[in-house]
Amino acid sequence: MSVAERIGAIRPDPSDQSPLRIDEALVRKMLVAFLREETKKSGHRRVVVAVSGGVDSSAVAALAAETFGPKNVTALFLPYRTSDPLSREHARLAAKTFGLVLEEIDITSQVDAYLGRLGDVDRVRRGNKMARERKSIEYDRAWPDGLVLGTSNKTELLLGYGTRHGDMACDLNPVGDLYKTQLRELSVILGVPDVIVRKAPSADLWEGQTDEGELGFTYAQADLILYHLVDRRLRPSELIAAGFDAALVNNIRERVRRSHYKRVMPLIAKVSLRTVGHDFLYPRDWEAD
Amino acid sequence: MTVRIAIAQCAPALGAFKRNVAMHEEWIGRAQSARARLVVFPELSLTGYYLKDLAGDIACAAVDERLKPIADASRRIDVCAGFVERAPDARLHIAQGYWSGGRLVHVHRKVYLPTYGIFDDGRYFGPGERFEVFESAVGPTGIAICEDLWHVSVPYVYAATGATVVLSPASSPGRGVAEGGDLGTAESCRLMDRFYAAYLTLYVIFVNRVGHEDGIAFWGGSEVVAPDGTVVARAPEFEEHLLIADIDTDLVARERDRNPLIRDERPDLVESHLARRTGLVRRPDVAVERS
Repeated sequence: MSVAERIGAIRPDPSDQSPLRIDEALVRKMLVAFLREETKKSGHRRVVVAVSGGVDSSAVAALAAETFGPKNVTALFLPYRTSDPLSREHARLAAKTFGLVLEEIDITSQVDAYLGRLGDVDRVRRGNKMARERKSIEYDRAWPDGLVLGTSNKTELLLGYGTRHGDMACDLNPVGDLYKTQLRELSVILGVPDVIVRKAPSADLWEGQTDEGELGFTYAQADLILYHLVDRRLRPSELIAAGFDAALVNNIRERVRRSHYKRVMPLIAKVSLRTVGHDFLYPRDWEAD
Repeated sequence: MTVRIAIAQCAPALGAFKRNVAMHEEWIGRAQSARARLVVFPELSLTGYYLKDLAGDIACAAVDERLKPIADASRRIDVCAGFVERAPDARLHIAQGYWSGGRLVHVHRKVYLPTYGIFDDGRYFGPGERFEVFESAVGPTGIAICEDLWHVSVPYVYAATGATVVLSPASSPGRGVAEGGDLGTAESCRLMDRFYAAYLTLYVIFVNRVGHEDGIAFWGGSEVVAPDGTVVARAPEFEEHLLIADIDTDLVARERDRNPLIRDERPDLVESHLARRTGLVRRPDVAVERS
């Protein structure tokens, strides 16, 4: 059934997840074209993907392999000493599925060399350090002719559930406009193994961590609320009137507001007549004549 | 009479004028080989779309020397292509030129400059102010650049002032990937093309580009819809494609004999209603006068 033939409006309903459904084949086609063209424009032929063993990075690895061919994809597994052994198993499984050679670089020594001097450190702060060490390796391995692919999904980006200059950093992000549940749906047709698609999402920054445990709500809940707030521009009061949990809606809305600084370029103090980011506005894809 | 046309569903390079001129020459050659009498390129085909501050750098006058290769090519085949026009008063316009017999015969300046969502035309460009019908290879034609076509009044005005063809060059970004449907933008555009063609009984020629700019994908899907509502030809989505279509110019007459909506249309009533609404009074002795 096409959208034009749909009978009945899309309404906010906490029990109706159907508005989140996507045409996976179309999205796959669009994302492969995106990766192919946006690397070609900047003269790159090779990409780097950090494969964590989770569904998001597995999906990105699949898209990269399809776009560039496995030999042009540098797949990295970057564990810390506390990383779940299952993460390694799943990262290897994903790499094998898509014909990628998975290179493992343990980040324990470089993380501990710094954190060891600090004594007792909050686990979130430790996690941020790990995410940034991983990214520094990805960028190093991209040199001199590769680009780093991001794996942050739309849910994480909107909730600010990521580390600046860590997992959020990248040159191109093919999956940043897909909510977690949509990306999971896409990963099925990309051939991501079932065991990876179905496991509980985790940043694996400390033992026993799960995204949904840390966030305090499920991705299914967050995605539906974000979809109506962001994509369909409904107000929180309209969602609450439609039966969504008021505390949850307000919590999510507030997370989006509070984390907005993470989604924009750094602010530059304007003093001159023309300023980078303010009124010096050129497209990134500005091509040579 | 049958007139063969070509639609160049291409991917212009952003901000690279010379490369785009060379690209045009290549597609013009291919259209000629297909024995087309006219080749139509998308909106801003010579410059790329999301120009931002590049707009002023890449602009040229409608008669600029840099457009000469396009004018020269039009000695062999009519060419309709998009560029940034620097008007004599220094304003910048999103322009679509029509070249024939070695010279520029018509320019349409985009009137409706979208400045919402992913669009920011109004920040960088000034609006055009006219909808003029001119004689193209396929008959009396009006050009509606992308957003122009979304305003119902535009194809209506063209139909009411003699056009039998509405030519719509576009840089339409693809978005909306809900399950079970076509691309959201594609559905909207096809609905418009078919509706306008059938109810204004004219040809709608929709010419969209492909390629990416700053993460945004232009979806292609160019098509020619006949006055009886049939899709004469349609290009694939997201891929470069030279679409060839034969326009039966007599079909307009046959369709308008069968379905004389345009003959029976009352633009005078539309005009007087709108004149009252906008504070203009129309009297028998004076065409239009401010009240």
